[in-house]
Amino acid sequence: MARSTFVYVTYIRTTQQKLWSALTDKEFMKQYWFGNQCESQWTPGSTWKMTYPDGRLTDAGEIIEADPPRRLVIRWEHQHKPELKAEGPSLCTMELETSGSAVKLSITHSIEREPSQLIHAVSGGWPKVLSNLKSLLETGTVAL
Amino acid sequence: MLAYCLQVSDADLLFKALADPGRRKLLDRLHAHDGQTLGELCQHLDMTRQGVTQHLALLEAANLVAVQWRGREKLHFLNPVPMQEIYERWVRKFEKPRLKALHDLKRRLEDGDD
Repeated sequence: MARSTFVYVTYIRTTQQKLWSALTDKEFMKQYWFGNQCESQWTPGSTWKMTYPDGRLTDAGEIIEADPPRRLVIRWEHQHKPELKAEGPSLCTMELETSGSAVKLSITHSIEREPSQLIHAVSGGWPKVLSNLKSLLETGTVAL
Repeated sequence: MLAYCLQVSDADLLFKALADPGRRKLLDRLHAHDGQTLGELCQHLDMTRQGVTQHLALLEAANLVAVQWRGREKLHFLNPVPMQEIYERWVRKFEKPRLKALHDLKRRLEDGDD
């Protein structure tokens, strides 16, 4: 089956452990996810959900793999917009790898359909989120 | 200081990578259709396979292209994160509504009536 995939890579001058915490800590995430909140136990099989700052559900799913501080796989299903929800589950894989004095963070987001409105929608959001995350970890403030 | 040096060299790699029309064309082709193999990228391009390989290596070094393996196939993906960083550092800060109005006027005049 055709698949739509986006790959995002950023190098952040931090440690794998700090980056893992940044990717899984509710309060920290709020700072670089434009106020969105994320909740999960971050263990395989546990539920995962993201809400807008006003509390409406935006995405939900399940943790498929969690290997701290190296690899996190989330089944990611949009909930808010009917046309995106209709596309069903997507898969978001985050990989952390030390590279010199930095950590390489690779995020792969894919869905088993082509074209995909969901992948198109997240492709606009991820670069801003990652840019904020990098800025927050390296300088203590967000860029946007 | 070390962090500063690293940042400077990252930006240098990025701008050098963008300073070539062939490499910008490759980015456009990945934007139109992401996740292509070298062979797919070489089609419809007026470049040798070796030239494309070299350009891709530079784009990869600048982190503008991310590579994933699917079996024995090497797939190339456009990585938009450094573009976002350029935007924040070099565009947003200088952005003013008047500049946008000027840009729109220039486009309208140059594009004729479309």
